[in-house]
Amino acid sequence: MPHTVYNDLQKSDTKIKKTKILEALESENLSVQFSDALDNEMVLNMGPQHPATHGVLRLLISLDGETIMKCIPELGYLHRGYEKLSEACTYHEFIPHTDRLDYLSPMANNVAYALAVEKLIDLEIPERGKYIRVIIAELARIQSHLLAVGALLMDVGAVTPFLWAIREREKILDLYDVICGARFTTSYTRIGGVAQDVSDEALAGIKNFIDEFEANLGDMRALVERNKIFIIRCENIGYLSKEDCIDLGLTGPLLRACGIERDLRRSEPYLVYDKLDFNVPVYTESDCLARYYVRVDELKESVKILKQCVEKIPSGSHNALQSKKVLPQKERIYTKMEELIHDFMIINFGVNPPVRESYAAIEASKGELGFYMISDGSGHPFRMKIRSPSFSNLQALAPMMKGCLISDTVVIIGSVDPVMGEADK
Amino acid sequence: MNKEITELIRSKLSGFQIEYTDVNGTPAIYIPEKDILAVCEILKNDESLKYNSMVDAVSVDRFEKKNRFEMIYNLLSIDNNRRLFIKIKLDSKKPEMESLSGIWGSANWYEREAYDMMGIHFRNHPDLRRMYMPEEFEYHPLRKDFPLMGIPDSIPLPNK
Repeated sequence: MPHTVYNDLQKSDTKIKKTKILEALESENLSVQFSDALDNEMVLNMGPQHPATHGVLRLLISLDGETIMKCIPELGYLHRGYEKLSEACTYHEFIPHTDRLDYLSPMANNVAYALAVEKLIDLEIPERGKYIRVIIAELARIQSHLLAVGALLMDVGAVTPFLWAIREREKILDLYDVICGARFTTSYTRIGGVAQDVSDEALAGIKNFIDEFEANLGDMRALVERNKIFIIRCENIGYLSKEDCIDLGLTGPLLRACGIERDLRRSEPYLVYDKLDFNVPVYTESDCLARYYVRVDELKESVKILKQCVEKIPSGSHNALQSKKVLPQKERIYTKMEELIHDFMIINFGVNPPVRESYAAIEASKGELGFYMISDGSGHPFRMKIRSPSFSNLQALAPMMKGCLISDTVVIIGSVDPVMGEADK
Repeated sequence: MNKEITELIRSKLSGFQIEYTDVNGTPAIYIPEKDILAVCEILKNDESLKYNSMVDAVSVDRFEKKNRFEMIYNLLSIDNNRRLFIKIKLDSKKPEMESLSGIWGSANWYEREAYDMMGIHFRNHPDLRRMYMPEEFEYHPLRKDFPLMGIPDSIPLPNK
């Protein structure tokens, strides 16, 4: 049959063809006229094993001399299939997996996930639980921004501020150790509250930390902010217009650096953010320097929020009183029959939400982190979509890089601050 | 609040066959596949609606005989601080729809992800490649008939 022969021919043809990614790179007319014999175009592969790409991001860059003509980001080197895995986990079982999404601020992911499930099952948690969640979410923001700022500075050549940022970050990890018993993979929130109450020792530790933090941050900023090399390397680099930022669905510091005051803590308040006093820093330049300043200013605002939370945190229960949905306290499981049964049911069959769909998002350090959940009434999510800010923000990488020099790539990647665990899911 | 927005959208989209629903408190609409581009143009450009940003796209495999696949787009109006979910039911045998990347630029990667994970084809998409999986991979892992443990030998290993 001629039809099948043609198909076979096509199949063998594709094997000889170049890979699709190279095709995509060459697809657009590069609109460069090669009049000089020395002019030529070169394709450079950057990553996935490159220290400046902050993980396993791979970029294919076509260059004219040192100028970037086109850039294609390639994802998937850290794809672990969390959306598929979630369909085989109960809602509680998935909490440890959220640590591994944005592994630079695991606490924020825990909070986002717990809030999304609670919206799905209509559960309100007590005030103390809400305050604890705000505290850990803000600590996570400081933790993530410190690394983002420090790594950006190291990418432009300043090593000392990076070490100073890491020193501060280390203190937050130690605080996590006191709060939940782990430094990196925290898994601290539970559906309906948190795993355990914060001790007075932990609150005192947070207070100590924020007292010292502002001075230490000031020291770090003083090293670089009047430094000519730093400013020249960041100013007007990686510009993206306001319209493009909206069109590409950017969120977080990238959006606020282009002049749009949008912060989910303010525009769609969750937890107790409507009772707290804080500013949303906005810059209009939309370049790497503006993104740096947004992050640094947000660090100060986070400290302000933490101060209020440590003062205002009420006493009382940290977990919601809903025995069919919330895991009981460990000591009660071993002594009370009722709690033992509930624990058994929740662990084995999960919380059974009504048949419905739900979307909840929080302002994580990198932007809007949301979970779209579809429940079919069983203990497992029927479908769970993770709206990860890094994935959306990476889409802006190509337009930002157009026309920049090859040495600017590291600065632009640093200013976007992608975490591949989250982008690849 | 929600009712007002639904009424507003209803008045703007009176010419189309649209089903109004909600996603746990957020307005949502079902749009027939053939009208998708015309409706989205109105949603984006109308002065009182102005859904100028798309922040997410969810592909769903309902695993039903009719209209097995579905796309859910998460629209955001930054000026009005409003959200809207638009849903498009797709065919079971051959899930295919018009790409929205001409209207919202962010749809480019979201649709690539949906194509990779769920096997939904987008007509007139500028660059429909796989997002996460290797190019040689034949399956679409988020479909309900794809086993959780994967399919042996579906990804060729490099020769030693």
